[in-house]
Amino acid sequence: MVRNSLSRICYNGEEGREMLAPGKHILLGNHACAEGALHVGCDFFAGYPITPASEISHYMAKWLSKLGGFYIQMEDEIASISAILGASWAGAKAMTATSGPGFSLMQENLSYAYMTETPCVIVNVQRSGPSTGQATLPAQQDVYQARYGAHGDYEAIVLTPWSVQEMFDLTVKAFNLSEKLRNPVILLADGAIGHMREGIIVPEKVKRIGRRCPESVECTPFDTDDPSLVPEMPVIGQGYHLLVTGSAHRSSGLRDYTPQQHRDTVERICTKIRRARNEIIEVDQNNIEDADIAVISYGVAARPSFGAMLKALDNGLKVGMLRLKTIWPFPDREIRKATEGIDNILVVEMNMGKIVREVERAVARRINVVLAPKVGGEVHTSDEIFQAIRRLKQ
Amino acid sequence: MSIKTTSYYRDRYVRHLPTSFCTGCGNGMILNSFVRAVDELGVDLEKILSVSGIGCSAWIPSPHFNSDTLHVTHGRAIPFATGAKIFNNELTTVVFTGDGDGAGIGGNHLIHAARRNIDITTILVNNFSYAMTGGQVAPTTLLGLKTLTSPYGNLERPFDLCKLMQAAGATYVARWTTYHIRELRRSIMAALKNKGFSFVEVLSQCPIQQRRLFNLRPSDQLDMSSQILEMFKESTYIRHMPREENYFYIVPKGELSLSRRKVSNILSENSVEYKIGEVDRLFFGRILKVECRNIESFKKSLNLVKRFAKIGKVLRSRSGKIGLGVFVSKSSKEFTDSMREISAFEKGVEV
Ligand SMILES: Cc1ncc(C[n+]2csc(CCOP(=O)(O)OP(=O)(O)O)c2C)c(N)n1
Ligand SMILES: [Mg+2]
Repeated sequence: MVRNSLSRICYNGEEGREMLAPGKHILLGNHACAEGALHVGCDFFAGYPITPASEISHYMAKWLSKLGGFYIQMEDEIASISAILGASWAGAKAMTATSGPGFSLMQENLSYAYMTETPCVIVNVQRSGPSTGQATLPAQQDVYQARYGAHGDYEAIVLTPWSVQEMFDLTVKAFNLSEKLRNPVILLADGAIGHMREGIIVPEKVKRIGRRCPESVECTPFDTDDPSLVPEMPVIGQGYHLLVTGSAHRSSGLRDYTPQQHRDTVERICTKIRRARNEIIEVDQNNIEDADIAVISYGVAARPSFGAMLKALDNGLKVGMLRLKTIWPFPDREIRKATEGIDNILVVEMNMGKIVREVERAVARRINVVLAPKVGGEVHTSDEIFQAIRRLKQ
Repeated sequence: MSIKTTSYYRDRYVRHLPTSFCTGCGNGMILNSFVRAVDELGVDLEKILSVSGIGCSAWIPSPHFNSDTLHVTHGRAIPFATGAKIFNNELTTVVFTGDGDGAGIGGNHLIHAARRNIDITTILVNNFSYAMTGGQVAPTTLLGLKTLTSPYGNLERPFDLCKLMQAAGATYVARWTTYHIRELRRSIMAALKNKGFSFVEVLSQCPIQQRRLFNLRPSDQLDMSSQILEMFKESTYIRHMPREENYFYIVPKGELSLSRRKVSNILSENSVEYKIGEVDRLFFGRILKVECRNIESFKKSLNLVKRFAKIGKVLRSRSGKIGLGVFVSKSSKEFTDSMREISAFEKGVEV
């Protein structure tokens, strides 16, 4: 039974805890993202209007206050990310959503979030650039910006949903990873997925992971002996006399520019994410065992890629597919392992060629890697990709 | 009432001494006023959140003020504070910012926070320049002043930040200088008490950058920082105080000591009882100040204005000065409270 999307339940029986009931619904991608955030306990959202991400804000504006959370439209995207970071230190599960131009404005404070290890979720519903570009049309051109856009050394966590269901699921995952690892997490969606309506299943129970809070005020918010390398995170207003700074700092948070201190910090904030890679990385493998051609794609481009793979199989070609649900940290080991017996790789993405370089690096030129790019705001057709697969065989 | 010693304030409110401020910097004085204001009001230290951006002024709370502190990016202290305050509106949220940080790169956030009337107290340290980066031109630098990045004189008019804040809707607005340290403390107290957006501008000395900025010739009697404080006193007036009518200034066209002699001669010829001195004035540089001993002398001297005009421009006591005092103090609906009313209503809880 498909329930009317507007019918909501009292979640957990708590007063006022209204969220979409478990079960089947038909939802807009951006609404599914917002709903995922509500289900995982997001209680602070700051944003600034931009197509094609605005529906996330509209949804949060309406529902957050009913759940006891807070929504604010700030004066720009710089202020939006600043507000969620401030709220995060005050104890919120905080999120913002934007698209390319706004994502560019957020980069400086994204860097601050990496440095201060502040949990937050940033949704970039990509549109076709550069600049204002095709404001209403999808693209996958920000995959490097999501990894390298902020200054300094850090490890980015970037998840790429290919369906409305994954707008929900990966938003949940984004929050959980962010809280657990004290790192920003970027949900890199696109205008096509954000504006698509599809059936989704809201699970009976959504896993909620919260950050680890120190038991004593005598804590080190910026270092730990824990093998995860993720320090405990105090909350503002509870007597910790917190020192939080984007400048180089000691474990207490006190500014300290000495080389060894900063080396330790940067190494730790990078290593904590590298260590957690297996937990972060998800690659959806299809039919790859029997294949001699692998199609590698992610996000919206993976949809026609999947269709093309089916068509190729119908035509007797031995094709498999790797769909990347995580693009950063890059799943190089997973790709290397999965493509061991493979002759050709076709990378399908809605840009001039980005993830293809990472794939080339991962397979170290052992395998012929070919790109099927697409720009202009149109999603690849499965036939285009099918033809590209055929050409590989010639 | 027991007298509180310096060590009482230091032990309770300040950490990581000595501060990294240069000798004679105004930031220590501002920290001191703030600490005393907090203490006098009895604000719970554990519920204070201090947020600051980038610049020398940002270092007033971080690391020195012993509350929770967020030391954030350049110009963004107010939106960080906004997020924290919305989420936990029991916090006493204070932003320390500079003129470059708060009125330049962060100017947009400043006006929007005032417009929202969110309960944040913003203390803006105006040293008329970007001090930390070496003394570049700022949105508060006076017209014509030379800096590293305005080598031919500043072509841009400075912001009147208090007017700006008033127009944007701040519910408490005041301006003082580091010369007016007691008034500053009282204003900080009023700002902390005000439930809404409060803005306190402090004109502050920077003995490193302002010597060049204001083209100050070192005085024999005073160190640079005291000299700047004297200049602040001489360049400002307190709005609610009655106008003082016993002195005037002359901005000489020619050489200072020669002009001084000429003015003295004219005054003596006309049997005015006077005292003449040289003072530093913001905007005008070093000029002459003529103080009359009594009201008759003052009246006589005013009749001589035409004769002084040949020597230089006559400035009446308040002419060209910056007004200090409280510009706005009113109550108006506070933003985070309104937010809570909405969520309480939506949840069906009566407030
Ligand atoms: C985005 C960004 N741009 C530039 C700087 C460099 N910067 C550091 S301090 C500063 C000037 C601060 O001036 P002000 O706010 O007036 O503070 P002051 O040092 O005068 O107290 C600048 C421009 C920076 N840190 N970040
Ligand atoms: Mg300054």
